[in-house]
Amino acid sequence: MGWAIALHGGAGDIPLSLPPDRRLPREAGLRHCLDVGIAALKAHKHPLDVVELVVRELENHPHFNAGKGSVLTTSGTVEMEACIMDGKTKKCGAVSGLSTVVNAISLARKVMDKTPHIYLAFDGAEAFAREQGLETVDPSYFITPENIERLKQAQEANRVQIDYTQPIQKEVKKDDASVDGDSQIGTVGCVAVDNEGNLASATSTGGLVNKMVGRIGDTPIIGAGTYANHLCAVSATGKGEAIIRGTVARDVAAVMEFKGVSLKEAAAYVVEQVPPGNVGLVAVSSTGEVTMPFNTTGMFRACATEDGHSEIAIWDSPSK
Amino acid sequence: MGAWAIAVHGGAGVDPNLPKERQEEAKRLLTRCLNIGISALRSNLPAIDVVELVVRELETDPLFNSGRGSALTENGTVEMEASIMDGPKRRCGAVSGLTTVKNPVSLARLVMDKSPHSYLAFSGAEEFARNQGVELVDNEYFITEDNVGMLKLAKEANSILFDYRIPTIGTCGAGAAMDSPLQMNGLPISVYAPETVGCVVVDKEGRCAAATSTGGLMNKMTGRIGDSPLIGSGTYACDLCGVSCTGEGEAIIRSTLAREVAAVMEYKGLNLHEAVDYVIKNRLDEGKAGLIAVSKNGEVACGFNTTGMFRGCATEDGFMEVGVW
Repeated sequence: MGWAIALHGGAGDIPLSLPPDRRLPREAGLRHCLDVGIAALKAHKHPLDVVELVVRELENHPHFNAGKGSVLTTSGTVEMEACIMDGKTKKCGAVSGLSTVVNAISLARKVMDKTPHIYLAFDGAEAFAREQGLETVDPSYFITPENIERLKQAQEANRVQIDYTQPIQKEVKKDDASVDGDSQIGTVGCVAVDNEGNLASATSTGGLVNKMVGRIGDTPIIGAGTYANHLCAVSATGKGEAIIRGTVARDVAAVMEFKGVSLKEAAAYVVEQVPPGNVGLVAVSSTGEVTMPFNTTGMFRACATEDGHSEIAIWDSPSK
Repeated sequence: MGAWAIAVHGGAGVDPNLPKERQEEAKRLLTRCLNIGISALRSNLPAIDVVELVVRELETDPLFNSGRGSALTENGTVEMEASIMDGPKRRCGAVSGLTTVKNPVSLARLVMDKSPHSYLAFSGAEEFARNQGVELVDNEYFITEDNVGMLKLAKEANSILFDYRIPTIGTCGAGAAMDSPLQMNGLPISVYAPETVGCVVVDKEGRCAAATSTGGLMNKMTGRIGDSPLIGSGTYACDLCGVSCTGEGEAIIRSTLAREVAAVMEYKGLNLHEAVDYVIKNRLDEGKAGLIAVSKNGEVACGFNTTGMFRGCATEDGFMEVGVW
């Protein structure tokens, strides 16, 4: 037993040659967010508050695809989504289609705490944000020059592109609009457990580059991108459509519960079931285990446990 | 090889005082939809086509809360949602926030077949509908007089404002709640329109599919998304089974109810009936819901912990049943 925390900044085909100017700020961001989470756990904050706090930090960081730095839709707009879940009560909140809310994760928390519903989207969610007095800004706040360029590239290549992608060569253009293989992926998330075994999970994203307006991914869907119960908390990242189909986050908990295996085994099994290149996740169990498996080239990730273990990594896991 | 099976539902949580005539009307509609599904299965249509066909029929009839006859938002408008899933490759499509699409389930099918995504919502979904050339109608088309009256009652009961997750004290409701202490989704059951329609099918090849469609909750906030479009919650299909749920959306989402049936089959090795019993007994916490399910072996099951669920099922060997209580 003991507290534990893990967070991610997206899994995907992150090239080993990722230039330092793209790698270092993300590593620094992960370190900063991990420290924020550790301090909060040491101060005995509830994991639900900890994951919200950490995801807010990740959203505010322009190098990750959530909040400021979100990728753009086919119309050049931002549509953000987020989800939060408490393990013991299984209470949860989710939002989609946000264009002005600075911290989508905090609106998800408000939906959980202040409405009879779980999930609000688009205009209704925006109206609720105003009613609750959450910080809102002009949609241009979220749009970074890097993401305008990324959208331009994606549209030239006439395809939907997932975050962190290298410039795409024209010759890989596909007739089929569907994405597979070479893309890289966004999203941020955090899971935490305290000494009493309270668990929580939170995930937030801008979605896919050049996504259709109105597209909803796995992030806000309970059981797909985000899930927590009395056994574990899970936040997934990768190709949304594959994660939805695989009900990835819920399945980690289901395999633990119904097969009686450890968190590590359950998470490894679930990731293995998803076609390679599509998914990564971070998870903690009620007993303080941590695991961060992925079947993509890399995943921006960090974790720490009460016994002093701490890790920040992008590619192959040293803990494997 | 296997035998086909089909089940349909028209919502869980039925007012015990619902007039007999209305019950009979519901049973006739369920029977008609079952028969449409049965003849499609006899013509060897794949399961995925059959669930779409049957749910379209349920949407088009104003009786249940989907398509025409959908429950109204607090603003008196209709916002519909639906999802569909094909077991063999677990392909899926979902839509939310539709206001003009005559058959939401067919748009969900097009999201699955014709878009790179799994889920489209609100204006983006409407735009996709226009691009795909599906039938569009004015929002008025979906609004029935019955539902305008129900919305008024719901607003009088004001009960959506209090959170049903917090234990309620029996005496605090408005007049309508006093008549009928039973509640669904925080609404007195006399006002609550049984949510949602759904269909699950396994065809002769053993392919399972599921589809669910709804107008959502009476007096809901605009923008509210329930369980129906959420893969794993309201709808799920895989190699083993197909499941469609109905009831208190938030309880269904928290328990990822549809996937749960499949998960206990897959990971615990239970058969379909055991799995359905298990999730209804153990997985709904305080919530109320019902579900229908078929397995690849041609079994059919339904379970609910509500007062009643509009449902019907049939199997290839000639068994057919339509029930409410």
